[in-house]
Amino acid sequence: MTRRWVSFALIAPLLAFLIVSFIVPVLLMLARAVTDRDLDRTWPASAAALRTWDGEGLPPDALARTVAREMLAAHRAGTLNRVANRLNYDLVGSRSLLYTTADRLAAGAPGETLADLARIDRRWARADIWTVMRHADGPLTSYYLLAALDRRIDTGGHILRVPREQAVFVDIFLRTFKIASLVALFCALLGYPVAYLLASLPRRIANPLLILVLLPFWTSALVRTAAWAVLLQTNGVVNDLLQYMGLVDAPVQLIYNRLGVYVAMTHVLLPFFILPLYGVMKGIDPTAMRAASSLGAPPLLAFLKVYLPQSLPGVAAGAVLVFTLAVGYYVTPALVGGGADQMISASIAFYTSQSLNWGMAAALSLLLLLPLLLMLFAGRTMVRTVPA
Amino acid sequence: MLMAGTRLPLVEFRGVEKRYAGGSAAAVAALDLAIGRGEFLTLLGPSGSGKTTTLMMLAGFETPTAGDIRLGGRSLADRPPHKRNMGVVFQNYALFPHMSVAQNLAFPLRVRGVKGRKAADKVVAALTLVKLDGLGDRRPHALSGGQRQRVALARALIFEPDIVLMDEPLGALDRQLREHLQIEIKRIQRALDLTILYVTHDQGEALALSDRVAVFAGGRMQQVGTPGAIYEHPANAFVAGFVGENNRLAGTLVARQGDRCAIQLAGGQIIRATAADPLLPGDKVVAMIRPEHVQPGAVPPACCSTLEIDVDEFAYHGDHRRIAANVPGAGSLIIRVPVDMAAQRGDRMTIGWCIDHCLAFSASEIEPGKTS
Repeated sequence: MTRRWVSFALIAPLLAFLIVSFIVPVLLMLARAVTDRDLDRTWPASAAALRTWDGEGLPPDALARTVAREMLAAHRAGTLNRVANRLNYDLVGSRSLLYTTADRLAAGAPGETLADLARIDRRWARADIWTVMRHADGPLTSYYLLAALDRRIDTGGHILRVPREQAVFVDIFLRTFKIASLVALFCALLGYPVAYLLASLPRRIANPLLILVLLPFWTSALVRTAAWAVLLQTNGVVNDLLQYMGLVDAPVQLIYNRLGVYVAMTHVLLPFFILPLYGVMKGIDPTAMRAASSLGAPPLLAFLKVYLPQSLPGVAAGAVLVFTLAVGYYVTPALVGGGADQMISASIAFYTSQSLNWGMAAALSLLLLLPLLLMLFAGRTMVRTVPA
Repeated sequence: MLMAGTRLPLVEFRGVEKRYAGGSAAAVAALDLAIGRGEFLTLLGPSGSGKTTTLMMLAGFETPTAGDIRLGGRSLADRPPHKRNMGVVFQNYALFPHMSVAQNLAFPLRVRGVKGRKAADKVVAALTLVKLDGLGDRRPHALSGGQRQRVALARALIFEPDIVLMDEPLGALDRQLREHLQIEIKRIQRALDLTILYVTHDQGEALALSDRVAVFAGGRMQQVGTPGAIYEHPANAFVAGFVGENNRLAGTLVARQGDRCAIQLAGGQIIRATAADPLLPGDKVVAMIRPEHVQPGAVPPACCSTLEIDVDEFAYHGDHRRIAANVPGAGSLIIRVPVDMAAQRGDRMTIGWCIDHCLAFSASEIEPGKTS
């Protein structure tokens, strides 16, 4: 009992640090995917009134009056920005509508009825701005998650696909998972023989080779990616070599397309595949292969029946690790990929730091996180069913 | 006198040598050895003596740097391990951890194209042979050490190999289990008329199991012969010291007549012994006498040599007692005496031995630290 408390006391500082600096912020961030408090915090009375409105056609004058009053108050308090931004996600132009209206109200224009507002700007007489405000009345929303799946909810509560020209996220998600899967596959094909070699060589030779594998770890991914840009460019080393060997007549496009992304990401992530696999392979009894051979199995058969099955937990661990890291890649596709090679992290970064739509960023992150958690769980199960 | 007469040699080592790149001494040098069909031959020696290397060369996992190894009269030089048809039992058993016991046993059958009913029957028979009936579905890690050893043995036998090679197969087991499995291995060898090449550093095991024992030291075979010949007539001081217990008394040869000689110990006492090496008066020698051949107290007159000792320690061993004694100026002695004998620390006693049992070897031959 005391030992348990001592153990707990020893990890407590780290645990507290993680909770404060990582777990809580992540949860708060992810919560933004399903909460919608901009309007209801800034305009509480309007939010309450919006919730009681049936949403049919145009709102009553009482609601218009409440909105006009709180709009003016928020404008004076300098908090109108929050509502304006929020409404602008759903309806482009809402931002300018709110600011011009607030300016006119501040200048003394009347705001007692819907007709008064419509006189300030005709858009107040249209249903869409009111529908959008009703959707934004909080505190919970399905809006971001649906939008992240290229879906939206109509005024009648039906889930619809967004028009084809606006649907981007499903494609980007599929592309992200495809790139990550292929990178994991390439890492497996390239990394397995290397890990095998490292595990079977005597330590004296294996250790320097292992350092070569680790070397890229000590270089930043950014630098390595930039190096690939130099190597793969139209007049780069690789193209020169291909032409010199007569394999191609003219320079091939090796970069700023999907090929460049695969090459650079596979290179950057390869150590993450090799190291766990190497660890597992080191644990495989080398005499098992000798035993297989003494029992009559030719080398290839011995490998397939005895070595390979025992190394699969390492392959699974490496593949899961590479896939998880690859799915979140952002810098590499941005530097060596084309416009059609951007992955979901680029969208998340866009919403986080450029459009400042954190709800959307959180929804995309959540949708990225869920399959990864499933994947880690599946990987764990797989490792457990193949005893080392 | 040493070869089992009627048996044909199945395996022959001819002038076999193994040197590792960068190693100064040969791991195995100038090895000539024949193994008869149906014979149980043990390679006995301390670690690093070349016995395991010899076994691995026969299995095909090491390549001789000189000489030739033959199986049934045909050279094995170009035959890879998987075509040698030899069952190998490894020291750590080398069972396949991802396969059940039955799958482990079926592995050599499967790679030979034996499948289905026939393979299943053989697996059941093999499990019965090693007394593991009903454990076919277990994974190796769910077995005890002794059970794993049995599975490894069954797997090495199931495909009816020409010879079974066993590399310290009982080394990882406790003493009682080891003795039990020794009997099992011997029973199976007799039942199936197996040819076995066995490697061990345990001289008791070698003596108990083998038809013949080959003693290795420093990469060279020191002596090969029946357990009795090895124990009673060691070819040199190393064999005398390594196989069984032996006492060593250092001295100088003072006289020799035929194979009888007289030795003056460092403390001045004269003892008599049988010269096992070509020795001349003045040579530094070591006289070796086994604890059970030393007789305490009154000594019969003929062909005997006597010596005065001081009792240092008197220890009870259940079925016998041991005296650790000091020979003034010449070292210490262990004497095995009946359990009913009484003595105590500080006693002075006279001991004696039959000259035939005390062997004198040239002192230069003995490697330091290699005697028991």
